[in-house]
Amino acid sequence: MKLKVIACIGFFLVVLIISCQSDQEIEFKRYYSAGSLTYQIHCQNCHGVNGEGLNNLIPPLTDSVFLKTNKTVVACFIKFGLKEKITISGKSFNEKMPPNDLPPIEIANVLTYVTNSFGNKLGTINEQQVESYLSKCK
Amino acid sequence: MKKLFGAMVIVLLWSACKFNNTKTLPIYGNRQAETKVVNGQTVTDTVYQTIPPFKFVNQYGDSISEKNLDGKIYVADFFFTSCPSICPVMQRNMLNVYNAFKGGGDVKILSYTIDPKYDSVPILKKYADKLGVAGNTWWFLQGKKDDTYRIAEKNYLVAVSKDSTVAGGYVHQGYFVLIDKEKRVRGSYDGTNQEQVAQLIADIKTLQTEPVTETTK
Repeated sequence: MKLKVIACIGFFLVVLIISCQSDQEIEFKRYYSAGSLTYQIHCQNCHGVNGEGLNNLIPPLTDSVFLKTNKTVVACFIKFGLKEKITISGKSFNEKMPPNDLPPIEIANVLTYVTNSFGNKLGTINEQQVESYLSKCK
Repeated sequence: MKKLFGAMVIVLLWSACKFNNTKTLPIYGNRQAETKVVNGQTVTDTVYQTIPPFKFVNQYGDSISEKNLDGKIYVADFFFTSCPSICPVMQRNMLNVYNAFKGGGDVKILSYTIDPKYDSVPILKKYADKLGVAGNTWWFLQGKKDDTYRIAEKNYLVAVSKDSTVAGGYVHQGYFVLIDKEKRVRGSYDGTNQEQVAQLIADIKTLQTEPVTETTK
């Protein structure tokens, strides 16, 4: 009897974990695929199909360490543009990036796409996170 | 025996066709017939539209005119350094052209700025450096705005205009225009399309093997 109860609870837990994970997975895929479209429209011309940038004019999007430590400000760069100098992969860039005034959901989509493409793997960045990042923009 | 002979004829015909099949590029623009007397004989010749004399300044501050391009094949495009829309794609593709011909000397690239007010010589130089362009294969040219717009539309057959409603303030077509050694327009390619730019590189190689005709002075 006891064994049966334990087995039942165990099975229930396993099912719960699997279904939770797949929910996250579905959310990720939704953000990622929508982000790939937004990327093509708003980012690809300059940053390239493979996020390679353009020599010393336009920074690449392949610096995983930069993206990981600067998620917050990257959301601000997208929305408000960038005028200051930044250093990516050891190279400094000081061309202006124009603002792309997108709603938080689209910024979340495109951030999820960029931070999980071109050799990056940071998982989903959702709309709520982006809203909190944007509230901290200077 | 008869069969063998037939086969030989077919092979000969086929190779003849193949031999005559070397590609020549079309010549664009207006043309007119010109009749003149050569060695006592009246000859009618076709005169093609050519790029007229011009004077611009390159990224090194050197003055560049049509004379610097005598006997050269070149590719022209129109851009501006602060362009947020199609320019980065165009320049990324133009870099392929540059890398294919930078060692040669008989092929040049001219990128005319359509925003000469902002794109001064030092700005163009900085831009070229950052793009990784050195030497004298690829010139970034600055000149009077009217001259630039006129040469774009009348001679290179590319449309450019100022429009404050679009990003960056200018509309322009991302064409790469191919000019031969006799200053005639021989092709135009969508500079935002990688395949067309690959075709441009192939066509430049075709032009390099083309003999110069004697019709031009």
